[in-house]
Amino acid sequence: SFGRKIDEDLLDELEEVLISDDLGYETTMKLIEELRESYKNKEIETSEQIIPFLKEKIKNYWPQRDRELAKSDSGPTVVLVAGVNGSGKTTSIAKLGFNLSSAGHKVVVAACDTFRAAAVDQLSIWSERIGVEIIKHKQGADPAAVAYDACQAAIARDADYLIVDTAGRLHTQKHLMKELEKIKAVTSKKIPGSPHEVILVVDGTTGQNAIAQAKEFTGAIDVTGIFLAKLDGSARGGIVIAIKDKLDIPVKFVGLGEKPEDIAEFEPEEFVEALFS
Amino acid sequence: MFESLTDRFNSVFKSLSGRGRITESNISDAMREVRKALLEADVNYQVAKQFCKDVREAALGAEVVQSLKPGQVLIKIVQDELTKLMGPEGSDIYYVSPGPTVIMLAGLQGCGKTTTAAKLANYVRSEGKKPQMVAVDLQRPAAIEQLRTLGEQIDVPVYCEESKDSVKVAKNGLKDAKKNDADVVILDTAGRLHVDQELMDEVSNVAKATSPHQIYLVCDSMTGQDAVNSAKEFNERLELDGVILTKLDGDARGGAALSVKAVTGKPIKFAGVGEKIEDLQKFHPDRMAGRILGM
Ligand SMILES: Nc1nc2c(ncn2[C@@H]2O[C@H](COP(=O)(O)OP(=O)(O)OP(=O)(O)O)[C@@H](O)[C@H]2O)c(=O)[nH]1
Ligand SMILES: Nc1nc2c(ncn2[C@@H]2O[C@H](COP(=O)(O)OP(=O)(O)OP(=O)(O)O)[C@@H](O)[C@H]2O)c(=O)[nH]1
Ligand SMILES: [K+]
Ligand SMILES: [Mg+2]
Ligand SMILES: [Mg+2]
Repeated sequence: SFGRKIDEDLLDELEEVLISDDLGYETTMKLIEELRESYKNKEIETSEQIIPFLKEKIKNYWPQRDRELAKSDSGPTVVLVAGVNGSGKTTSIAKLGFNLSSAGHKVVVAACDTFRAAAVDQLSIWSERIGVEIIKHKQGADPAAVAYDACQAAIARDADYLIVDTAGRLHTQKHLMKELEKIKAVTSKKIPGSPHEVILVVDGTTGQNAIAQAKEFTGAIDVTGIFLAKLDGSARGGIVIAIKDKLDIPVKFVGLGEKPEDIAEFEPEEFVEALFS
Repeated sequence: MFESLTDRFNSVFKSLSGRGRITESNISDAMREVRKALLEADVNYQVAKQFCKDVREAALGAEVVQSLKPGQVLIKIVQDELTKLMGPEGSDIYYVSPGPTVIMLAGLQGCGKTTTAAKLANYVRSEGKKPQMVAVDLQRPAAIEQLRTLGEQIDVPVYCEESKDSVKVAKNGLKDAKKNDADVVILDTAGRLHVDQELMDEVSNVAKATSPHQIYLVCDSMTGQDAVNSAKEFNERLELDGVILTKLDGDARGGAALSVKAVTGKPIKFAGVGEKIEDLQKFHPDRMAGRILGM
């Protein structure tokens, strides 16, 4: 479409691309409106400038400082991990733990999903494979008690990181959201200033519901960043743009497979590139 | 969260009197609202486009009865079309005789297959059948243990073995079920991405080796636009017999249901509505239509 003028047909095509990437209706319309405005103001003049214009715009949503994992000044850095059922929490914890321990940090993981069948076994297998210590109770135990013991162990072992796995829960389940608040309160009490990061794991194939997830989990436990899992498929995970736009929550990592090494720091340029590829 | 479609329609049609026909000029704004509602519900872009085109044709010229507002007439047409597309209703499992009836579950990672396997086992037992499950997921850490734990909870036997060969495990599971006189065998397979050729080959080899009577795609109701791509690929590789929609106990509008139905043409058999064994329901196209429209 060399030299093609910016007309309604072209904007329709763009709308299809953005919506198909799960940016959502509102965010898509907002971007297209901004594009229209820039065209009117002669900031852009031909169709060739559209994609670079949008890339630049979207990329700037995520400044570098937003993407780094917080670190406590002293004592263990606590990373609390939460999300809806099956989004990829436990696997993402294995990846994160592997990443941190490979970088020479001492990592402890806490098996606070005492609800789902064999969730404790799943994290135990991962902890063995990646060579980090796990703190666990039996299935059915109180997750807050596991968190308490894990904090104590992390302090006693002089761990650099404590990563807390929690049971999957839908954000609409009030009592389960309360349980999460309780886990957070326990770590804050045992390790002042913690959790240093509260990571929401979002399945990269999720559509508009991820906005409600981000909103409700943030309301309960102040999410500090997103781990965008399962980006190795054909879904692009564009919903994180709407989440950034509406709730200002940054993305920290992406998951690209089922193995511990299938993790990458979130790279806005690559991410935006993929949206338009 | 969303303004209801009825409200939006009523405001679009406010300028019109309560009589007359649905015409080109008064339908356009309303169809824009319908399209917006569908896209907000994650119905795939192309599927929404086709749907709106079809409804537009069906609605044009539709007689508006004195007592009804054009908005009400149109909304009924939309709802009926949507219901029709997601139908037919029917959760009956077709049992073969002599048994066992082999049912295979497949789908993306984390969509809810293993949980659904246990729910289904419980369901077929409530229909008087004797179920058995087979742990064919040899990939995910503790997948076997997960199925075994669920089996224990509901007292349904689970066949498993330490192996790397899923075809062999599936075949042995089937043999074991026959020996145990099971009426229904449910195969829980590993989660996989539709773009992963190696794993798609593997699941289709399991299907070839066991010739399931029913193959169901398990689909997370929170899935976005990409639902069409995965469903299409699974259907091409496995010749699906139906779909099970999970996690409908949340507030996802669930447009993936329409997308998946549109690209596979396969009936949606059940809805998962929670993490517990009994949280499996029959699928109701009319309720799903209302949900997608946000009404
Ligand atoms: N392809 C792919 N699969 C992933 C990725 N992350 C997780 N998975 C898979 O997704 C499935 C669910 O992952 P889990 O880590 O068990 O998810 P969870 O959120 O802990 O699940 P619950 O605890 O049951 O809520 C597993 O089969 C994982 O192997 C990823 O980045 N890519
Ligand atoms: N709320 C809710 N959770 C569900 C439902 N079905 C399954 N889950 C949960 O979703 C998560 C994933 O379920 P699994 O059964 O492990 O999913 P899977 O497809 O077998 O996962 P993989 O084998 O890793 O691909 C678990 O936390 C389940 O408890 C449902 O209908 N509602
Ligand atoms: K999922
Ligand atoms: Mg988990
Ligand atoms: Mg499973």
